[in-house]
Amino acid sequence: MKLPIYLDYAATTPVDPRVAEKMIPFLTEHFGNPASRSHTFGWTAEEAVENARREIAAMFNCDAKEIVWTSGATESINLALKGAAHFYQSRGKHLITVRTEHKATLDTMRELERQGFEVTYLDVDGDGMLDLEVFKAALRPDTILVSMMYVNNEIGVIQDISTVGEWCRERGIVFHVDAVQAVGKLPMDLATLKIDLMSVSSHKIYGPKGVGALFVRRKPRIRLEAQTHGGGHERGMRSGTLPTHQIVGMGEAFRLARLEMANEVPRLARLRDRLLKGLREIEEVYINGSLEHRVCNSLNMSFNFVEGESLMMAVRDIAVSSGSACTSASLEPSYVLRALGRSDELAHSSIRFSVGRFTTEEEVDYTVTLIKQKVHKLRELSPLWEMYCDKVDFNQVQWATH
Amino acid sequence: MAYSEKVLEHYENPRNVGSFDKKERDVGTGMVGAPACGDVMKLQIRVGKDGVIEDARFKTYGCGSAIASSSLVTEWVKGKTLDEAMAIKNSQIAEELALPPVKIHCSILAEDAIRAAIADYKAKSEAKSGAQGHEETAEATACAPPTGVSRTTS
Repeated sequence: MKLPIYLDYAATTPVDPRVAEKMIPFLTEHFGNPASRSHTFGWTAEEAVENARREIAAMFNCDAKEIVWTSGATESINLALKGAAHFYQSRGKHLITVRTEHKATLDTMRELERQGFEVTYLDVDGDGMLDLEVFKAALRPDTILVSMMYVNNEIGVIQDISTVGEWCRERGIVFHVDAVQAVGKLPMDLATLKIDLMSVSSHKIYGPKGVGALFVRRKPRIRLEAQTHGGGHERGMRSGTLPTHQIVGMGEAFRLARLEMANEVPRLARLRDRLLKGLREIEEVYINGSLEHRVCNSLNMSFNFVEGESLMMAVRDIAVSSGSACTSASLEPSYVLRALGRSDELAHSSIRFSVGRFTTEEEVDYTVTLIKQKVHKLRELSPLWEMYCDKVDFNQVQWATH
Repeated sequence: MAYSEKVLEHYENPRNVGSFDKKERDVGTGMVGAPACGDVMKLQIRVGKDGVIEDARFKTYGCGSAIASSSLVTEWVKGKTLDEAMAIKNSQIAEELALPPVKIHCSILAEDAIRAAIADYKAKSEAKSGAQGHEETAEATACAPPTGVSRTTS
């Protein structure tokens, strides 16, 4: 077993060596511009790009013509939300999203608010789930766009995008899904799901960074106002020379994910459950987000009375992330965990573990042992743990507040 | 983020971890910060008859820099008079541990903890003449930046 152990696959993944191998010739040998129509260099590049496009479409059971290449999911989300809001603004100016979305969505929504749109941010329950009745109540005659994650990046919960899609379609509302964390983990059949726009990324699924895609439905046709101009590439929706090698990598990554999903998903779930079982043996731990509606590879836990960043520091041999905000200037803990109603203390004490293609059972067992040992050590250092053991009522303690 | 070697060293081998009995008369206890801010420091000093700090203990809930800051100050206050200990500045702590700007609040908290422990000890000594049991109090400031002072009772 090699240290450090990588358990942060929800942040990014290594490029699969099989993917890297496919990419290399397109950097050196087949370097043509896929937009060059007059020679074989261009034709070769174009063919590779179109093959990759078909791989993305195969993953989602959609038409290759519905796939637009972007620089990554952040750009896809920006193009989807701004593009649709701008195009359909004559119908209404009301947009809906959820508080626990990724910053790519929330910050884009803030920008649209600045431009005069009105945005409703829906609350979630204590498990991180959206109550569909809450969603229904937020719909208005002037609602033109709804944006929602399929799988949450921090807590891994799965939202019911199928029902939300049906309701949006009935009302003629454009529905965008951020599916970044779902690719290769949940089946997505766009022939049945009523999704109009969908953002995906390459680097979360063993492809290279710097490339992503946006699905734009053709039947019924969804229109977008372009956000990047110059050259009219990608049917005018996203200009710019296509990075052939990146696209080839993303295509191969999606092909492998599609072929291996049936075996890989249960394996990831077994590893995650093994991790969960081990860590649950520690006293005063809390699982953040629904266990029932959860993606197979992720686990978010709070270790009460231990601050998240100090725990990460104690387990430097394991790469994980924390909802603690100690590293950020704001000192605000994770907004996602706060949206679940978690106390600031528990949010500060949270760690996200995400297993992936190269995770082994041995690594999981090592992690459990190390976390147990370090949580014990840090609690010995913690005045809060001491107070807990002395049965001090924390509600009676008057802390200094902000 | 990368930690300085000194932060790592204190974090790996924290000095003077533990607790004194806070009811003892020669012990001063300061508890600062709040769990909601992600930092709580408890610093205790044992003061000799000559007014010199003989020993110190700490427990800290917080990031590595907060743990290192409190570990460091337990070393620094030992052998100092109360006035000398009061003169320890957060900037000295930050400099010694090479704290980055985002972690300066950890050193501020450590300075506050010293002051709170000394204030608690002094309040106890003054109450001694009345020979009454003293309700333990300590000053505490908000996590960052310190904006106010309130009482912490544990």
